[in-house]
Amino acid sequence: MVRDRTLEEEYRIWEEERYGRDRSASFTTLSDHAVKPLYSPLDTSPESFPLDIGWPAEFPYTRGIYGNMYRGRLWTMRQFAGFGTARDTNRRFHYLLQHGVTGLSVAFDNPTLMGIDSDDPRSVGEVGRTGVAIDSLADMEVLFDGIPLDQVSTSMTINAPAAVVLAMYVAVGEKQGVAPEELTGTLQNDILKEYIAQKEWIYPPAAGVKLIVDTVEYTIEHMPKYNPISISGYHIREAGSTAVQELAFTIADGMTYVEACLARGLDVDSFAPRLSFFWNSHIDFFEEIAKFRAARRIWARLMRDKYGAGNPKSWLMRFHTQTAGVSLTAQQPENNIVRTALEALAAVLGGTQSLHTNSMDEVLALPTEKAVEIALRTQQILAHETGVVNTVDPLGGSYFVEALTDDMERGALDYFKRIDELGGVLPGIDAGFFQRELGDAAFHYQRQLERREKIVVGVNEFVTSAPSDIPVLKIDPEVERSQIAGLTELRTRRDDEHVSAALARLQSAAERGDNVMPFVLDAVRAYATVGETSETMKRALGAYREPAFV
Amino acid sequence: MTEGRVRVLMAKAGLDGHDRGVKVVARALRDAGFEVIYTGLHQTPEQVVNAAVQEDVDAIGLSLLSGAHMTLFPRILSLLAEQDATDIRVFGGGTIPDDDVQSLKALGVAEIFTPGASTVDIVEWVRTHVGESAVSGR
Repeated sequence: MVRDRTLEEEYRIWEEERYGRDRSASFTTLSDHAVKPLYSPLDTSPESFPLDIGWPAEFPYTRGIYGNMYRGRLWTMRQFAGFGTARDTNRRFHYLLQHGVTGLSVAFDNPTLMGIDSDDPRSVGEVGRTGVAIDSLADMEVLFDGIPLDQVSTSMTINAPAAVVLAMYVAVGEKQGVAPEELTGTLQNDILKEYIAQKEWIYPPAAGVKLIVDTVEYTIEHMPKYNPISISGYHIREAGSTAVQELAFTIADGMTYVEACLARGLDVDSFAPRLSFFWNSHIDFFEEIAKFRAARRIWARLMRDKYGAGNPKSWLMRFHTQTAGVSLTAQQPENNIVRTALEALAAVLGGTQSLHTNSMDEVLALPTEKAVEIALRTQQILAHETGVVNTVDPLGGSYFVEALTDDMERGALDYFKRIDELGGVLPGIDAGFFQRELGDAAFHYQRQLERREKIVVGVNEFVTSAPSDIPVLKIDPEVERSQIAGLTELRTRRDDEHVSAALARLQSAAERGDNVMPFVLDAVRAYATVGETSETMKRALGAYREPAFV
Repeated sequence: MTEGRVRVLMAKAGLDGHDRGVKVVARALRDAGFEVIYTGLHQTPEQVVNAAVQEDVDAIGLSLLSGAHMTLFPRILSLLAEQDATDIRVFGGGTIPDDDVQSLKALGVAEIFTPGASTVDIVEWVRTHVGESAVSGR
């Protein structure tokens, strides 16, 4: 058929003749991005295939970082878990491994995240509540009891005290006869998003970044298979950001780490291939897929063109994804199984390397074993039943998905400009820029819910009064007592002189600005606690206190 | 503007870093005309109660998503009693299972808002249960 009209004319005629009346005045994504009624070749340029889309495993990696993606290897099914004592969590790890998880992921309790011991007065009521309580190497030994660290990769969600926990992991490996060179896994170790969103900090931001560079330097030398940072958008999104803000702020954090490592004198290709990312998969299906695809493209361009990385492995954005905790509802909680399944599907269509699926009851408490099993089975159904893994980037070339991917990239670049104008991420944190952006977005969304401009089933529409009767996991208060008893016993059993000497050496190293890792390792091997080690470094590096603003 | 005199301390106690909810509620209360003071993160119960007494607030709104609610709410209630400040109403919100909501109310927490609660309802509750205009209703 010969065309006698341009595409633009055809679109106009289609709109006039074929398009009916909308049931709503506007259609927007969860992040309030306007969505057009129809996408067509008009929304992409003829150059977009070679320049922006391309082939999987080729620059700019929009379609995925591996040539055959899930036809080669499925994503790692990595369920985040941790509660009570190290013994409790070790049992849950064994349960998960028996049911087919292919990687572990440790959730630490609040005292551990803040670098505080279980017997500190500030820890009362918090020990083992939202993760596992770890006070010293003795707890880590129990946590990984019967789990061969040369065979199971482990991700650890720890930030402010990340150097200490990494050292403990290395020390547990030593006890198992596994050299650091053989350890695989990921340390979250992303302190910038703590100041922006998650708010579990110890030291001021610049000192926090310095410690991260220390761990990067250490792992380059001693742990070539280990990912020293997981640059995380997850918490930024949970704290209320839009998809574009999650994308932009996280990659801006990533650039800050790259620049700090370069300033240390590290070669970009020595560390960039070991950087990894961690994204949220929220409920707006296509927006999330576009976000993942844009993220890979932005990072590849930055690493190659801005930072001059020559090794193609440096250009790859490898990432973990977790479904959105904040999308779950306490009302009719069984519906959360469906939400999680859709979010997980978006992550898979977006090309994730590993995935955590939330359990339906996590909006109420830590998950029960049954709920965790359903969440894991959700991933297995996606992988083995749905067929979505059979081809690489099945949505590539979709007019809508490609246009939305472009929009995401543009939105992120706009934010990079604004962050540059503020002087970078650290000055942005000091000025409260990110915190305010998140607060505004969260408040805006809450208002939309209340005006019912956005609908959440069971919350502001299709509400039922039936109380939920799903079982909830309770943490026995005995956990706190037994954890403190164990810690007290450790303090009497260990060689205190050895501990004090190691801590004194650590403090001097931190004051001199040396890489603290070898000193932290010595302290940890002597069974210095997380609290003692963090307190020691705080004397050298200072403490952070956030200015309170609403 | 009788409500202009009603002062609410929005508080985060313990090691919990989740501040999305507390900030949203603080803004909603402020927009509704209440005077809102926010403590910032990681406060001890002593710091929260001292701030409440010094600022002469009518209510404390405590946000907890850390699972430590059965420790921190009772501690704040008893510190208020020690300071002879039980006229300060304590309400709260967060990830708090139903059973615990009932126990906390029995201990004297005036109201608990759980995930999905609307700020409209929270504002309305504060309007009817806190401050001078609410005294007769107590």
